Amino acid sequence: MALGYLVLFGLSSLALMAFLFWTTNGLIARQTDDTIRAEITGLAEQYRRSGTTGLRNIVAERSRNQRSSVYLLTTPTGRILAGNLDGWPPVPTQADGWMDFTFERPVGQSTETHQARARHFRLAGDFQLLVGRDVQERIDIGSRVRQSLIWALALTVVLGLIGGVVMSRNMLGRIDAINKTSQDIMAGDLSRRVPVTGSGDEMDRLASQLNDMLAQIERLMTAMRQVTDNVAHDLRGPLSRMRSRMEVALMKKPEAGGYRDILEASIEDSERLLNTFNELLKIARAESGSEASDMKDLDLGTVARGAAELYEPVAEDKGLTLHVDIEAGVAGRGIEPLLSQAVANLLDNAIKYTEPGGHVTVRLAQGETGPVFMVADSGPGIPADQRDRVLERFVRLDASRSKAGSGLGLSLVNAVAQLHGAQLVLEDNSPGLRVTIRFPST
Amino acid sequence: MRVLVIEDDRRAAEYMQKGLQESGYLVELASDGIEGLAMAQSGDFDVLVVDRMLPRLDGLTLVSQLRAGGGETPVLFLSALGQVDDRVKGLKAGGDDYLAKPYAFTELLARIEALVRRRAPQQVETHLQVADLTMDLLQRRVARADKRLILQPREFRLLEYMMRNAGRVVTRTMLLENVWEYHFDPQTNVIDVHISRLRGKIDKGFAKPLLHTVRGAGYCLRAPD
Repeated sequence: MALGYLVLFGLSSLALMAFLFWTTNGLIARQTDDTIRAEITGLAEQYRRSGTTGLRNIVAERSRNQRSSVYLLTTPTGRILAGNLDGWPPVPTQADGWMDFTFERPVGQSTETHQARARHFRLAGDFQLLVGRDVQERIDIGSRVRQSLIWALALTVVLGLIGGVVMSRNMLGRIDAINKTSQDIMAGDLSRRVPVTGSGDEMDRLASQLNDMLAQIERLMTAMRQVTDNVAHDLRGPLSRMRSRMEVALMKKPEAGGYRDILEASIEDSERLLNTFNELLKIARAESGSEASDMKDLDLGTVARGAAELYEPVAEDKGLTLHVDIEAGVAGRGIEPLLSQAVANLLDNAIKYTEPGGHVTVRLAQGETGPVFMVADSGPGIPADQRDRVLERFVRLDASRSKAGSGLGLSLVNAVAQLHGAQLVLEDNSPGLRVTIRFPST
Repeated sequence: MRVLVIEDDRRAAEYMQKGLQESGYLVELASDGIEGLAMAQSGDFDVLVVDRMLPRLDGLTLVSQLRAGGGETPVLFLSALGQVDDRVKGLKAGGDDYLAKPYAFTELLARIEALVRRRAPQQVETHLQVADLTMDLLQRRVARADKRLILQPREFRLLEYMMRNAGRVVTRTMLLENVWEYHFDPQTNVIDVHISRLRGKIDKGFAKPLLHTVRGAGYCLRAPD
């Protein structure tokens, strides 16, 4: 794989450099050819106007002055009339009239062999004209360019190779780290996280995404473990009570009677167990959001008033004042039975934990961001550091567990609020607890 | 009274059969949807108890087909699902009542009795009476032994439901569903408080109480023996 990339990289570098060379070199060559062609045209014109003598003079003059050009004008018999070449180049003229040859250029006392490119032109009367350019410099530059391009290519490939090796080593190292972490996690260590280098590159972003995901999974796992522990703990009590009650009943003589009471008590216990399971299922369903499709437009006031009316005699019997303050026409979107259940749970709690003589307030109003529902009481309240905890399943703050209840009420309220995209806030009502549900506007 | 139980869980079905027979019903069992539909269409049953999830033909389709064929036997749906829309779907398919598993047997029994009773020809009643307790539905007046009783609107509906089901056990859930139209369970027994208020109005000061609590089941309004 890495080798394939390297070959591809080398080939494309080569192609790029070949293209660069070919275009620049070709451009210069074409420019030379164009000027030669233009000059010949000019000279042919001169010949037509002033004949052989005129042409000879011009060629002779240019041969003297223009050191980088080559000229040769010969008679039909091959005698040199003018020019700076010693004789006709010993190469055949190509079909298109061009010739490439070498010639000796005098430099100081000695001469140098230079490459030239020239065009052979037959004038009227079979005079032969050769006009060319010394292209040695161009060829030298070309070869120098070619050389440096080859060096550059070599350097590019070497650097690419080194860079590639370093990068893939680095990348492989980091992928290895992720693999290692995953293995540790699969082996049971959920607290492990993928290392993040802090460079902020793609690998780092991937690593932080993975870490966020792992953190979420760990949170869920912990919550689930807690729920399972709590379920086991909370259900073991009534189950073992039932069992021992029945065992004791079996020890009695059948004719002693009293079976009825035992059976009734056992039925009550099993009913409590079933209710707990039902509550758990309800919470799980609300949390999964699978019921979100059952949302309907509804009047939140009707829901709140209905629950308040249901609980009003309960509050009164306990000697509490129930204030009901419900704004008319507060519309919302939701699942009515779940909302009713949530409101009922809040009222249930408020009444249960408030001592006789206290008061409970139910309020519904259209807030700025949407409907706001509130249940407040004058009970003992919940300490600030416990307010998150009471939303968990089976968490009950009265250590004695003297009040009846499953510890699931607020968990369900929380799940229902989340399902409705609402915000559940527990606050100090000094004294007491104030629970507010802020619904999104519809 | 004949009940057809269409339930694929054999143990649950046999237990239900035993319980219903103890309560004086004749019970037949069907263990899948096709068999159940055939029996429901051919037999003369007073109530069908249909599980939502059945092999070969699910409960909803079974009841829809039964209704499409003109079958009018009251249907009580049983479901392990118990989600909000299940109740609605069940009732739309032609069910008459809906009970989510797990349920208390007393709850099942009370609902079957209510369905059997509903089947009796219903004439428009303007007047209900249990012993010396009378209710005038048109003038919305309640009296016991000719003494006028003043009830709150909700108390009136509660008493009306109890009087319509006089002599039978009604459960707390049935009261919540039919009097308050709620489909959830309050954690504490708020219904008890409402019942005791009603009892305070209709029984207080009278020698023979009419409104009785049935332990582990619910309440019963009945004339003294």
